[in-house]
Amino acid sequence: MNPGIVTVSYIGATILFILALGGLSNQETARRGNIYGIIGMTIALLATISGVTGNYGILIGGLAIGGAIGFILAKRVQMTEMPELVAILHSLVGLAAVLVGFANFLGPAHHTGVELTIHDIETYLGILIGAVTFSGSIIAFGKLSGKITGNPMLIPGRHWFNLGLLAASVYICKMFVDQSAAGHGGGLVPLLIMTGIALLFGIHMVMAIGGADMPVVVSMLNSYSGWAASATGFMLSNDLLIVTGALVGSSGAILSYIMCRAMNRKFLSVIAGGFGTTSGASAAAEGEQGEVVAMEPHEVAQLLKDSKEVMIIPGYGMAVAQAQHIVYEITKALRAKKINVRFGIHPVAGRMPGHMNVLLAEARVPYDIVYEMDEINDDFPNIDVSIVIGANDIVNPSAQTDPNSPIAGMPVMECWKGQTTIVLKRGMATGYAGVQNPLFFKENTRMLFGDAGKSLDEVFKAL
Amino acid sequence: MKIGIPKEVHAGERRVATTPEVASQLINKLGFEVAIQAGAGAEANFSDSAYAEVGVTVVQDVKSLWDSSDIILKVRAPEYNPDLKKEEVDLLHKNQILITFLWPAQNPELLKKLAEKEVTALAMDSVPRISRAQKMDALSSMANIAGYRAMVEAAQHFGRFFTGQITAAGKIPPAKVMVIGAGVAGLSAIGTAVSMGAIVRAFDTRPEVKEQVESMDAEFLELDFEEEGSGAGGYAKVMSKEFIEAEMALFAEQAKEVDIIITTALIPGKPAPELITEDMVKSMKNGSVIVDLAAEQGGNCKLTQAGKVVQIHGVSLIGYTDLPSRLATQSSQLYGTNLRHLLTDMCPEKDGKVVVNFEDEVVRGATVVMSGEITWPPPVPKLSAAPAQAKEDAKVAPKPQEAKPSWMGPAMTFGIGGLALFGLGAVAPASFMAHFTVFVLACFVGYMVIWNVSPALHTPLMSVTNAVSSIIVIGAILQIGSGEKLIMLLAGLAVLITAINIAGGFAVTRRMLEMFRK
Repeated sequence: MNPGIVTVSYIGATILFILALGGLSNQETARRGNIYGIIGMTIALLATISGVTGNYGILIGGLAIGGAIGFILAKRVQMTEMPELVAILHSLVGLAAVLVGFANFLGPAHHTGVELTIHDIETYLGILIGAVTFSGSIIAFGKLSGKITGNPMLIPGRHWFNLGLLAASVYICKMFVDQSAAGHGGGLVPLLIMTGIALLFGIHMVMAIGGADMPVVVSMLNSYSGWAASATGFMLSNDLLIVTGALVGSSGAILSYIMCRAMNRKFLSVIAGGFGTTSGASAAAEGEQGEVVAMEPHEVAQLLKDSKEVMIIPGYGMAVAQAQHIVYEITKALRAKKINVRFGIHPVAGRMPGHMNVLLAEARVPYDIVYEMDEINDDFPNIDVSIVIGANDIVNPSAQTDPNSPIAGMPVMECWKGQTTIVLKRGMATGYAGVQNPLFFKENTRMLFGDAGKSLDEVFKAL
Repeated sequence: MKIGIPKEVHAGERRVATTPEVASQLINKLGFEVAIQAGAGAEANFSDSAYAEVGVTVVQDVKSLWDSSDIILKVRAPEYNPDLKKEEVDLLHKNQILITFLWPAQNPELLKKLAEKEVTALAMDSVPRISRAQKMDALSSMANIAGYRAMVEAAQHFGRFFTGQITAAGKIPPAKVMVIGAGVAGLSAIGTAVSMGAIVRAFDTRPEVKEQVESMDAEFLELDFEEEGSGAGGYAKVMSKEFIEAEMALFAEQAKEVDIIITTALIPGKPAPELITEDMVKSMKNGSVIVDLAAEQGGNCKLTQAGKVVQIHGVSLIGYTDLPSRLATQSSQLYGTNLRHLLTDMCPEKDGKVVVNFEDEVVRGATVVMSGEITWPPPVPKLSAAPAQAKEDAKVAPKPQEAKPSWMGPAMTFGIGGLALFGLGAVAPASFMAHFTVFVLACFVGYMVIWNVSPALHTPLMSVTNAVSSIIVIGAILQIGSGEKLIMLLAGLAVLITAINIAGGFAVTRRMLEMFRK
């Protein structure tokens, strides 16, 4: 096909992708945005396929089989498993970047001199980022699905280890460029070694990050998958790849930044790993702080019936217990009684940015009663009952009161300012940050122990 | 402790300090004993039997009620009881707690008497106007009722409809209402008038209430004049002479046009300012109505007579001072709830024992006599209710002071970034720089677009960017045509897995977005 038409198609696809992301600015336009994305992808694929000269069988077969698998995955996945799905899909992008990089390297060379050097570096970077994304996402998937422990794995001298890996990859890059310049086919060995190092780096990086930081990790890997695509674009001198990769990369980077800000943590310290490693002393010294008052489901139901303003604060525990549907049943029952029920979502509730919103949307909770933390935090003094479902660190008052706390300065939902707070929890274990939560010992806090799903079932029956 | 509620003795007062509903909470939730004088709630439509049902002791003898109670709840400040032929103050005994409206600024004599009796007295009108104390703010709850009733009284004396209509019998123009002072009472009057269909204008010296007025679909009258009218605690303060002249000119002009004027202008501890002159009243149309809510403090119009309706220059001037009492059921209910909230605050153990804790800013502010010692006026509350917050529900979040970022940081970043770019440009060939330009611009586009994404849609954002980043499939497709087996295989595999991603990413995004609904 005429290269001009291909370029125009690529421009069209680029614009459609930007519109797709722009559409997500609110719920009404989001669906249209997704359709733009699909059209953009279709145009880009058709334009590229038109230039293919052979091996149609493998191409079409690959697309068909892959597409079918993708559809089935998307249909079958539980909304609570969304973070896992996103993580595994990231790993595929990373793997694809590695494969394309190698395929390109093995293909005929078109470059000489400085251009060859730059091209080699681009190839090298594409594979490096791809490999880190791949192995990092696999580990993130393992952690999210519970196949690998969520605790940070901290090997001694891990910062030096990371630095060593970095230095090694820089050195190997030089080796690779030299060997590649020496003649066609040279440099395969350094490239393979680097791939190994990058894979190891990805594994180690995510292993060292605790479960509570998962939203950051997932959005960071999202960003990496974009940069991998961008690097591949440089390698292939393809602007569509560069632009799309950059869009995705900056999107992920912004998400990571938002998540870090929501936890009042520095991006570097999240990546460097480990939560609560430096201030365990303060957390331990506090010890038990008083008595908790437990409550029975029927009492909770009574309390809810007598209230006017109810706030529900969901956390990861709601996802684990799959309690979003019963939560909405309760919400409907209360709203029918003219009780104003609203949802307050902390930015890092769950294991992925926006995780709670998706779960509530699945349960058909209308999104206009779901509020962001910043919108709702000032309203707590007027709230009669706040229900905390399987959340811990995001409602921990010591973030504001105890400067030694590992989560000091992290913005939290100020539910204790309301009349009564009911906390649904399985036991008295601490959250991912490993910090005791003084909220549980407050005078106006009641605990409802047990699996959130079952407890709420009973509350609903009592209503 | 035992709470006693005597019947109000002020002539025409229909309210009662506690309703059966409030009493039941005092008994069951806070552990008090409650006794009431027989017939105390009759005027507010609460029968003795209704009280008795929730466990309140109904006492026939007033004297013994006062004697046996530890806490006395009242509406009006103590005065002469014509039945007993005795001052109510003299019925109090040592260490008793009296909670009621007291107006300490206007009643210094009463304060002295209370102090002599060695009682503890809390004035409901002195509860500080901080956000925490809103639920105990009896002034606001009474003002709300007064504003509503003022409009209803105006409607009664006004000879026309409020709402405009075009009927077979001719056109009816809508009534025009001007409300002066958009405090709680003013806003309540505005709301009532608007809902009856009148055209409403409002004036206030405090510019921050403009939003509240406009939120109720009334027009905010503005002076072309710069002066801030907000005093401490969300009240208005005395304005400069020039301001008042401009203000009077505005009122004079409006008076010719409007049918109903409601004035609510009060400055704490001072006689009400005169806002409507006799000339203005003359200029009003025949049949117009003025309701002066400040009549008790001298009136915003000198022609009004406290407690009466008078016709002067063809205008009905309503000077009722008992507007809340005219809605006795409702106002008793709200006042009783205000009292209950205050008692809840003072009874932290919920064991029926009251503690007058001066650490509590609300209790400190309300207490005017403490065990025989006058403790009024209280120290100025540090937390002035954010001006707008004192009234209604508008909230002004204080803007946190942002630390000024030092210019060093950005300068360093730009410097290093610039140097790096310069170095790159010095060695890189033109073809690379072209791609690099595209890359940098795309990063910025992404940055601009992504900040607009609603936080609720972050998960769909991740899945859609994930699908989009599978555009890497193009790289694989470009190479799949290669003759070399290995390259073809690698590319084929890449196509397969990115296809999973494309289909999976878009499909799951679609599935999620379908779920978001209003």
